[in-house]
Amino acid sequence: MDIFTQQLINGLVLGSIYALVALGYTMVYGILELINFAHGEVTMFGAMISLAVIGALVANGTETHGLLIVAFGLLAAISVCMVMGFLIERVAYRPLRRAPRLAALITAIGMSIVLQNSAMLIWGKQYITFPPLLPLTRYEVGGAVITNLQIFIVLLSCLLMAGLLVLIRQTRLGRAMRATAQAQDIAGLMGINVNTIISITFVIGAALAAVAGVMVSAYYGLAHYFMGFMLGLKAFTAAVLGGIGNIAGAMLGGLLLGLIESFGAGYIGTLTGGFLGSHYQDVFAFFVLILVLVIRPSGLLGERVVERA
Amino acid sequence: MKGPHMTKWTLGLIALAVALTACEKKEETATGTAAGEMTVKIGQVSPLTGPQAHLGKDNDNGARLAIDEINAAGVTLGGKKVKFVLVSEDDIADPRTATVVAQKLVDQRVAGVIGHLNSGTSIPASKIYYDAGIPQISPSATAISYTAQGFKTAFRVMTNDRQQGKVLGEYAVNKMGAKRVAIIDDRTAYGQGLADEVEKAVGASGGEIVAREFTTDRSTDFLAILTSIKSKNPDLVFYGGMDAQGAPMAKQLHSLGIKAKFLGGDGVQTAEFLKLAGSHADGVTASSPGLPIDSMPGGKEFRQKFTERFGTIQTYAPYAYDAVNVMVDAMKLADSFEPARYLAELPRVQRAGVTGNISFDEKGDIRGGAITLYQVRDGKWQVLETVMGGGPPAMEKDK
Repeated sequence: MDIFTQQLINGLVLGSIYALVALGYTMVYGILELINFAHGEVTMFGAMISLAVIGALVANGTETHGLLIVAFGLLAAISVCMVMGFLIERVAYRPLRRAPRLAALITAIGMSIVLQNSAMLIWGKQYITFPPLLPLTRYEVGGAVITNLQIFIVLLSCLLMAGLLVLIRQTRLGRAMRATAQAQDIAGLMGINVNTIISITFVIGAALAAVAGVMVSAYYGLAHYFMGFMLGLKAFTAAVLGGIGNIAGAMLGGLLLGLIESFGAGYIGTLTGGFLGSHYQDVFAFFVLILVLVIRPSGLLGERVVERA
Repeated sequence: MKGPHMTKWTLGLIALAVALTACEKKEETATGTAAGEMTVKIGQVSPLTGPQAHLGKDNDNGARLAIDEINAAGVTLGGKKVKFVLVSEDDIADPRTATVVAQKLVDQRVAGVIGHLNSGTSIPASKIYYDAGIPQISPSATAISYTAQGFKTAFRVMTNDRQQGKVLGEYAVNKMGAKRVAIIDDRTAYGQGLADEVEKAVGASGGEIVAREFTTDRSTDFLAILTSIKSKNPDLVFYGGMDAQGAPMAKQLHSLGIKAKFLGGDGVQTAEFLKLAGSHADGVTASSPGLPIDSMPGGKEFRQKFTERFGTIQTYAPYAYDAVNVMVDAMKLADSFEPARYLAELPRVQRAGVTGNISFDEKGDIRGGAITLYQVRDGKWQVLETVMGGGPPAMEKDK
C-alpha cells in the first residue's frame, strides 16, 4: 500500500507541473484555435532565466536566505517570460491571424525551433544545475515519502489554477476572454479590444509556464535547452486528454497524465509479468489518450465544437 | 511573382544547380593545392547538440588536438606533404541521424572516421563505412555487437562492455557486498548491453537480481521506477546509461529515502555527473574502461595540453586523441591515405598512446584493456582499483 501512496504522490507532483503548462496550450487554443508549439520552449526559458539569475546571485555571494534567492529567480523568470509571450504573439502569430490555420501552425513550430536554438546559443549545450539552496526535508506519510519541495509544487500549482479559474469566471477580464473565445468579431463589436485580450492570454500562459519551468528545474535539479520539447509534448497531450480549449480540462488532463505515467511505470512490468517494461510508460500514456479520444473525441471535458468553415 | 522576374530566378537557379554539380564532382579523398600539399579529410562524429553534447564536444576537442599536433609536426605520405582536416558531424546520439551523417561523410570522401561516441550510433553507421571501405575507429563505443558484426573496417580503442560488465557485476557482489541488486538501463545499445553483462556477472557471483527496470536516454523523472524498486528492498542499484540520467537518478534515490548503493558504468563516471548530482554524488561508484587519466602513460601531459585549449576533460577526449593518432600511424605504415591501402595496416599498428598501449585483435577490439573503478568522495572521483580486462589479477592502486 505504501508503494501505491508513493506512486500517487509522484504522479500528483508530475501531474500538477503538466497541468500548469497544459493551461497555456489550452488557453491559446480556446481563443485562437492555434496550437502554440512554442509554449514548451517558454517553459524552458523560464527555467533557464531563473537559473541564470539564481546562479548570478549565488556567485556574487549574496547573503540572503536561499528561499529569497529562489523567489527572486522565479520573479525574474515570470517577468521575462511574460514579455516573451507578448512578443511571440505580436511577432509570429498576429500577422498570420487571418491566414490559413496551417500557416500559423508552421510558424509555431518554427518559433519553437528558433527559441530552442537561441537558448542553446545563450546558455550553451551544457546542463545547468540548480544550486542546493532549498534544504530537502522528507516527511513520512503512511510509509511513503514526500519532500517539502513536492508539497510546495502541488500547493503552488493548485493556488495558481484556482486563481486562474476565478480570473476567468468571475472578473471582467475573464468575461472578455470568454467572449473573445466564443466569437472574436462579435466581441470586437461589443467594445472588447480583441488584440489586447489575445495578448493578455499569451502573457498569462507564459507566466504559468515560467512557474512550471522553475518548478521542473528545482525538482529535478537541472535545466537544459532541450527540456521544453518533451515537456511541451506531454503538456499538449494533457490538454488534449482533458479537452483542448477547456481550462478545467487542462488541469484534469495534466493531473491524470501524471498519475497514468507514474502508475504505468510502476506497475506495467508487474501487470504484464515482465513482458512490457517500465520504459513503456509513454506508450501506456498515449494508449490511454487514444482510448479516451476514441470514446470522447473532444477530450474528457471538451465540448463538441462545430468545425469552422 | 510572374513575368520577367520569374525567368531570371529560374535561370539563376539553374546556374546555381550547375555550379553545385560542378563542385560536387571535384570532391575527392584528397585535394591538392598549388604548393603540392594534399588535404586529407578525417571525419569525427559525436552528438554536438542534445543532452550528450558536452561529451560529444569533448571527443571533438580530443580529435582536434591530435589533428593539429600531427599537422604541426608535418606528415609526408607517398612523397607528398599532407595536411589533415577534421570534419565534425553531429549525430545527436540518434541512430537514424547517425546513418545520415555517416553517408554524408562517405559522400565527402573522408579518408577515415573517428566515432561515433555512442554504441547505438556507431553500430548502424558502421555498415555504411564498411560498404564504402572507410576505416572507423570509435573512441568510446563499448557495446559488444559493434565489433561482432564481421565488419573489418570497425575498430575501437576502448575496452568493451563484456569486460566492463563482468568487472562491475563481480565488484558489486564481491567487494560491495550486494546480495539483492536492482538494475536499470536506458534501452540504448550501450546501456542495455552493459546492464545485461552486469546481470549475468551478478548472477554468476551469487547475487540476486530483484528488479530490472527501464528508462530512456532523455528522461529526468525516475521516481516511478525507483518507487517500484524500493518495494523490492535492494542493497544496490546499478544504472546502465549516461550521466545526464544518472545524476537526477542519484538525487531521486535520496529523496525517496532509498538506502541502496548506486553503481554505474563509464557513462556515469564523468566530470559532468559530479556537477549535476552535487552533494547527491557522494558515495556513488562507477567504472570506466582504461586507466584513470593520471595513471595513463601520457595522461598528465595530455591533461595540461587539453585544459589549456578547451577546459575540463569530460571522459573520452584522450581516446579520441589516440584514435586519430592510430589512424595516422596506419597511414604512415601504408605510406598512403587511401582507405583501401591503410586499412590493411590498421591491425598491425602498435602505439604507445596517451591512454595506454594500443593494438587491435582480429575483431577490431583493443587488446588487454583495463577497467578502473571509482567512487565519489568529497565531490571528486577517487580511484578504488584497476582491474585488467585480459587477466584476473586485480591491481590495487593508490589514489
